[in-house]
Amino acid sequence: MSSNLLTTNMPGLKLRNPTALASGILGYTVETLQLIAQNGAGAVVTKSIGAEPNAGYANPTVVQADSGLINAMGLPNPGIGDYSEEIRYAKTVLQVPLIVSVFGYAAEDYAEVAKKAIEAGADAVELNVSCPHVRLTGSEIGQNPKLLDEVISKVKTEAKKPVIVKLSPNVTNIVDLAKVAVKAGADILTAVNTVRAMAIDTETQMPVLSNIRGGLSGPAIKPIALRCVYDIFEALPETPIFGCGGITNWRDAVEFLLAGASAVQVGTALATKDPKVFEDINKGIQTYLKRKGYRRVKDIVGLSHQT
Amino acid sequence: MSAYLTKLNTLRTTQILDIKDESPTTKTYTLQDDLCAKANPGQFLMLWIPGVDEIPLSILNATDGIVQFSVKAVGDATRHLHSMKTKDTLGIRGPFGNNFTETRGKVLLIGGGTGTAPLLFLGKRLAPKVDRLSYVVGAKTKNELLYLNDLDALCTEETAVATTEDGSYGLQCLATEPLDKMMVKGKFNMVYACGPERMIRKVFDLAEQRQIPMEASLERLMRCGIGLCGSCAIGKYRVCHDGPVFKMAQLGEVKDELGYSKLGFDGSRIDV
Repeated sequence: MSSNLLTTNMPGLKLRNPTALASGILGYTVETLQLIAQNGAGAVVTKSIGAEPNAGYANPTVVQADSGLINAMGLPNPGIGDYSEEIRYAKTVLQVPLIVSVFGYAAEDYAEVAKKAIEAGADAVELNVSCPHVRLTGSEIGQNPKLLDEVISKVKTEAKKPVIVKLSPNVTNIVDLAKVAVKAGADILTAVNTVRAMAIDTETQMPVLSNIRGGLSGPAIKPIALRCVYDIFEALPETPIFGCGGITNWRDAVEFLLAGASAVQVGTALATKDPKVFEDINKGIQTYLKRKGYRRVKDIVGLSHQT
Repeated sequence: MSAYLTKLNTLRTTQILDIKDESPTTKTYTLQDDLCAKANPGQFLMLWIPGVDEIPLSILNATDGIVQFSVKAVGDATRHLHSMKTKDTLGIRGPFGNNFTETRGKVLLIGGGTGTAPLLFLGKRLAPKVDRLSYVVGAKTKNELLYLNDLDALCTEETAVATTEDGSYGLQCLATEPLDKMMVKGKFNMVYACGPERMIRKVFDLAEQRQIPMEASLERLMRCGIGLCGSCAIGKYRVCHDGPVFKMAQLGEVKDELGYSKLGFDGSRIDV
């Protein structure tokens, strides 16, 4: 969809529309990212890539909850060495910005992977400081202001492209961490990653996920994510936000825009909907903007804060 | 979230009703599950072996509240499953994926190893409706040929071919060996294939050459089973979501990978 109405600018990123594929969904191969782009996504975020190849956890890695999914994949990825090739190839094919999600166990890892991803052609990096189920990375960094500052500062010295920081909802006050991230140099925030959760089977009396604990995504967490975006926008109105968490249709997306997100990321919805969900969301946003008499997406960002 | 998929994807735990030895390395399990009992030939289920793993399995039979699947002991999960007994508890999700398209006329089933399971399921549905049903099944040795009696009940002697690599039963060759001649002679309206991917590739090449429509059920490493994780990607397709059954044209689109490579646990490309 190429309507000017939907064009969304974020620092260093020009998006044809305000939707992106969330990290962790598909994203190993260029073909699957391309499938999402061709179905209307304005940008794609890859799986989280680390310094070394990682096989992730044994199955079960995904379990159904009442209104969402709980996953603990364990950050499976081929490592930035191999993945750099995929990024290079992606850049020859994709017509939308490629955002590479990056994780590490120390600031140096994040910086090294981010640097290599950008060298290979990534248009931006998204720091995964919020995965709730892998030790010594993800939210263990994102929940700790000192580590968070260290990681972002280090990445910023190496990365010549926009640095997006994906925040965890599993904190007492997400605004405190958002402020740390922005002060350390984050260009864009993504709110939020999954909510720490688990499932237990009554017959076997065992946790279902092999890792026991995982992260809840999907419609169940939408109200939580929406509140997080609202809180961050209220405290940091100048910082662009990718809203993420349970967005399944255009109405969800518009709620996030009204809460203060400049754009949204969609992931779990792909389990129940076609990749065309991106096109549907964009059409819905466009119709909404026209109906309400707005000329661009930006006009409604944070609008719910007026009242 | 779509209520239907949510229901299929919800984990159910159920006791093993029956275990049958199919061969020295393969057992067939019977479970009670209302949802999987409604599966169509080609669909698969995710089986949770509590505390061990969760694996995708093709469905061998589904009827009257019962679902059956065959498992060859090849790794930790399948060996653990083989050590389990009747009344032990397993978890089940599904059925997932699409199914084989039912056709009329003359059809050929070609199966290798446990890949024959969904073809037998399909064959039972097709037998009363088609003009002629032929099959080729292959294995390393006689002991490993699966479902011969069931398959023989579906067709006549002339249309049944078994192959073994060591010549202990039937023709001594790969299952794909007699295929070209059969394709020329048989004037098939459809070829259905399931088994090792190199076999499927060979069938595809022959079918393409002879311009005979085919469908093949593919296997990939699977984690989520619902199209999210990307582990089972082949080309632009997700085997769990867009497959596992692919038509000729789709197989043609993934020619570069078919029979050659797949994604490993870390998402890097490995040999099939």
